[in-house]
Amino acid sequence: MQITKKDYAELTKKRSPNTKLPKTLTKAFLIGGAICVIGQGFLNLYTRLGFDKIDAGALTSVSLMFIAAVLTGFRIYDKIARHAGAGSIVPITGFANSVVSPALEFKTEGYILGVGAKMFVIAGPVILYGITASVIYGVILYVFGR
Amino acid sequence: MGKFIQGGTVQMFNAPSVKSYAAAVGKKEGEGPLADCFDYIGEDVTLGTDSWEKAENMLQKYAFSIALQKGSLAQTDIAMIFAGDLLNQCTASGYAVRDFDIPFVGLYGACSTMAESLALASVFIENGLGGNIAALTSSHFCAAERQFRFPLNYGGQRTPTSQWTATAAGCAVVSSREMPPYINAVTFGKIKDYGITDVNNMGAAMSGAAYDTISTHLSNTSKSIDDFDYIVTGDLGLVGSELLYDLFDKDRVNIQKKHKDCGLMLYDLKGQDIHAGGSGCGCAASVLCGYFLQEIAQGKIKNILFTATGALMSPTMIQQGESIPGIAHAIHISSE
Repeated sequence: MQITKKDYAELTKKRSPNTKLPKTLTKAFLIGGAICVIGQGFLNLYTRLGFDKIDAGALTSVSLMFIAAVLTGFRIYDKIARHAGAGSIVPITGFANSVVSPALEFKTEGYILGVGAKMFVIAGPVILYGITASVIYGVILYVFGR
Repeated sequence: MGKFIQGGTVQMFNAPSVKSYAAAVGKKEGEGPLADCFDYIGEDVTLGTDSWEKAENMLQKYAFSIALQKGSLAQTDIAMIFAGDLLNQCTASGYAVRDFDIPFVGLYGACSTMAESLALASVFIENGLGGNIAALTSSHFCAAERQFRFPLNYGGQRTPTSQWTATAAGCAVVSSREMPPYINAVTFGKIKDYGITDVNNMGAAMSGAAYDTISTHLSNTSKSIDDFDYIVTGDLGLVGSELLYDLFDKDRVNIQKKHKDCGLMLYDLKGQDIHAGGSGCGCAASVLCGYFLQEIAQGKIKNILFTATGALMSPTMIQQGESIPGIAHAIHISSE
């Protein structure tokens, strides 16, 4: 029997289960939301301690990233992420996880060619295009924003 | 001397024996339904080493040493080792075998490597080339993940069609006809690519190759599905197995009643959070060398068509927009 790529693709589609959206979306919303609530908690705390809005925001980001890095080291963050999906990738904690996890993984290849070279293997594109976008927006703001 | 049949089949006339065999697995595999079948179960994923790759070397060494022990063989009795794994440069195999003073042939057939190495060993022995030849294959979940996908601690989510690379190794030593299991015929498969590009759906990438190799083997050896107790595939998993049934359905052949998939046997899919099933060279290797060969040796199973399947996936080619070629090699293993 000869089968075309098109027929094969149809069969594959029929036999490949999709992600269960209601379940995964709910979990992503709840866990992602919980991370945001914790962030808000830190923000309130730092504001109450007398930091101004900008410093309190920076401290909140640093606190969340610190916790995510520690949880990544103890292999807890990936277990949470297994359920949370985008709920734990999108917040800044996900960014911390994406930097710390290759740093730990490639420690076996040494601190230069392992940790150093591989640390931003996942986060690199985000940093590159994030900075590029911010420069472009900065230029637009400079030219038209005044 | 074996007879080559167009399409990649070698019909054996002396039917070499699998003289001894052993399976060494990691902790997770040792907690699965086949736990009792394995000769060695690791206590953790590092096996006392400091890297995943070194752990995989250890697994191969264990599988090989235990197979020698079980067959009362010394290293000097082994004429050649045919070995392979998933890592770049066949790392696990080369580094495992470097301590043995035995001629080595490194093979890459992705997850089909157990069938590839065993088939080659059988053809050599059938033709009187060498006394005992070892076929050795392994994979390691963590080593494969970081080479092909993401670091272990990275918080990604696996799709329902994704499969779990087994941390396992298997070794089978083939020698001239002596006692069961016997190798009656082998078919080296053709590469089949039906345009699958989803790296999280390996089962689908391999199913077409499994269909082609099984069909070719049956027609080349004038056998039918009913001549076998089981048609055993390597690691098609849930998705690939169902696709295989669909493909044979079009030929009005019901393969489902005879089908077993090593990827679905090695783990408790729900309890161990495996998604669509196990995969990796070690998956088919450990289930063959731990379970099937033993059952055939004892006569509990008479005939299987062991068809290990491989997805020849290269992350580089996928990034260049290419699809995933599939391959499968089949071996008729018999108790008579």
